[in-house]
Amino acid sequence: MLTEPHPYPGKLIVVEGIDGSGKSTQLTLLHRWLVSQGHKVFFTEWNSSALVRRAMRRGKKKDLLTPTTFSLLHAVDFADRLNYKIVPPLKAGMIVLADRYAYTAFARDVARGVHPEWVRGVYSFAPRPDLAFYFRVPIDVALDRLLGGRAKLKYHEAGMDVGLSRDPHESFRLFQGRVLELYETLVQQFGLKVIDAMGYIDSQQQIVRRMVSRSLRDYAGTVAEVAIKALHHA
Amino acid sequence: MNMPAAPKSFYGYGIPYLKVDNLPGSLIVLEGTDSVGRSTQIEQLVPWLEVEGYAVAQTGWTRSPLLSDTIDEAKAGHELTVTTFSLLYAADFADRLENEIIPALRAGFIVVADRYMYTAFARNAVMGADRHWTRQLFGCALVPDLVLYLKIDAEHLVPRVLEGKGMDYWESGMYLGLGSDIFDSFRRYQSRLIREYNRLAQEFKFITVDARRPIETIQAQLRHRISAHLRARNHPTVRQGTPAVADTD
Repeated sequence: MLTEPHPYPGKLIVVEGIDGSGKSTQLTLLHRWLVSQGHKVFFTEWNSSALVRRAMRRGKKKDLLTPTTFSLLHAVDFADRLNYKIVPPLKAGMIVLADRYAYTAFARDVARGVHPEWVRGVYSFAPRPDLAFYFRVPIDVALDRLLGGRAKLKYHEAGMDVGLSRDPHESFRLFQGRVLELYETLVQQFGLKVIDAMGYIDSQQQIVRRMVSRSLRDYAGTVAEVAIKALHHA
Repeated sequence: MNMPAAPKSFYGYGIPYLKVDNLPGSLIVLEGTDSVGRSTQIEQLVPWLEVEGYAVAQTGWTRSPLLSDTIDEAKAGHELTVTTFSLLYAADFADRLENEIIPALRAGFIVVADRYMYTAFARNAVMGADRHWTRQLFGCALVPDLVLYLKIDAEHLVPRVLEGKGMDYWESGMYLGLGSDIFDSFRRYQSRLIREYNRLAQEFKFITVDARRPIETIQAQLRHRISAHLRARNHPTVRQGTPAVADTD
């Protein structure tokens, strides 16, 4: 499905990028603006469904996860959110904002060692977003941002499970370096819109809003709004 | 002297970080619908194989330490879709494949699997999932050396289930809304499931055993088939005077 437009009246906008790229900040600002414009917006983020939370926590803590089970558990999370959180608002004609989407799996899980075609097959039920941003940032900048905010890198974020290095900073550099390379291939394959995440936050946001506006040109609002408009015209 | 075991392969794209070209063990799968008697047969096969001198490891559907709780909980809550159901099964399967099945095969064990990916293929087809997708999902699976299929029809299955543990919600496919009561639903659901298994038996060349026969007859046939396979493979045994592969490492 990732290759064909989805059939729903809503709009699906996603952000991608490595940790520390600033994508979540940009999505929050976009969310505020869309709501202020009177839109009905629903927000969802990666790895947040209750269904696999326990298995994920247990697997991570005990280091039970292999790259394949790690990938499949994230796919369960995604499929669960798609069914309960993403598709219903899209059917209702709302705007859905997703912090990370299937592309995250194509970058991260492949960097961990799963087959790129296999993981694309696993996620082939995912609807194609109307707009997908990729926030491109060099490793060192991302690392500086993450370490500025909190003192320690998270185990999986640094790719420590992959065993590239025992030093978390070095591991982060190596692992996220692979992830960055893979994102570049995704930009080509799936037409992600690249935003230079080195720029000022507000100028990045201007570009994002401009592109979103363009993508919303054919957007009529929620199903309820469309129905009310039709009533008034009648 | 043992011949080197036939190389194993993945069903689809596989798991690139796992080497499977040197797995001297044998992966033997028992397939068949619910309550067909798979576990009764396995209970008798395992001690027989051990007496014959083979080291045996067992694995069963949804039994991984990582996910069995999550699957049970989700089933109880009825919150699963066919997609999340399949993905959970695949995660459970991958966990057992990487942590149980492949290590045992590497050590030269015979791995007896109670159900395998074909169960997911059959169930998903009945539940209406995209067949191509299900097969891609299980592209990470190892192709078994031998698939023994316990074939039955719904008419013979019904009394067996009623005499045994009774009909349960999932095995009756109640969530599919196939019938107004559990009996009708069970018969329809199991008929469809069996039809899918029969189709898969042709496609994947299962060895079919008539599961309507007495337990001892089925057991004898299974042993006959397994013996033939192990002889052909020259599977390492203690009896043949060759050390187990794990010990020579």
